[in-house]
Amino acid sequence: MVTYLLCLVLFSVGLYCVVRKRNIIKIIIGIGIMEYAINLFFILIGYRSNGRAPIFADDQAVVNMVDPLPQAMALTAIVISLAVTMMLVALAIRIYEKYGTFDITKINRLKG
Amino acid sequence: MLEIDLLLLFMIASAIIAVQVKDLLSSVIAVGAVGIGLSMSFLIMKAPDLAIMQLVVEVLSLIILIRATIRKDLPFSASGRWAFNTFSMILFLAVFLVFAYFSFSDMHRFGAPLMKVSQEYLGEAMAKTGAHNVIAAITLKYRSIDTLGEVAALFAAVVGVLAIARKVSRPGGIRK
Repeated sequence: MVTYLLCLVLFSVGLYCVVRKRNIIKIIIGIGIMEYAINLFFILIGYRSNGRAPIFADDQAVVNMVDPLPQAMALTAIVISLAVTMMLVALAIRIYEKYGTFDITKINRLKG
Repeated sequence: MLEIDLLLLFMIASAIIAVQVKDLLSSVIAVGAVGIGLSMSFLIMKAPDLAIMQLVVEVLSLIILIRATIRKDLPFSASGRWAFNTFSMILFLAVFLVFAYFSFSDMHRFGAPLMKVSQEYLGEAMAKTGAHNVIAAITLKYRSIDTLGEVAALFAAVVGVLAIARKVSRPGGIRK
């Protein structure tokens, strides 16, 4: 319960960063923090007390495994988050080349 | 679980530093600390595949972010209704967390997952797919279409980055 709430506090820090900051790089960082929190929340949902990693072994019977399905989902989400970060950074670099700033309040005129 | 709570506190502290510090390079490094903490907490939560993947992705995204921030100054603008905006944002987040507290009390307890679908996977993954690692069995066998979609999204992102970062437009283009 406390763990869930702490994970959501981490999400809130990212949300605050996205909504409140004016620098594009800071906004990208906030989106990254939100992605971290969501991935961690998936794993927290699937955790079982005193569980073991969902990997079978030949010489021993592994019981009490944690839930493997959220882990498989989060594995996909992590790779997609890398692609999202890559694309956002490419957009930010282009905006810097065009306007000479990262400040979103100064990027308000058409230019080109 | 005391360890995961401590790691989460460390990650929250690093995230707040990353949000509030003015130097962009320091901010990116603090985000790297959050990512490493996330990798360690994956390891504690018994997800070794995710820990390895998170470490690799963290290093790559750190390199990409440093490429974006290096040798660029940050003109910090603090105009506008700073106090009002910050206060309303924090109020909204507090309401959000209170609602989350009440909805979490309806969820299943931490450490006792539901596992309706996963019980079947755990029972027959070894016999049906022959994979020792259940996560590999799920991503590559049971839900392989999902993995195909992931690869398609990654390819689309690479194409998008190439289109955005292209320096020269076509010879018969509209401008330049």
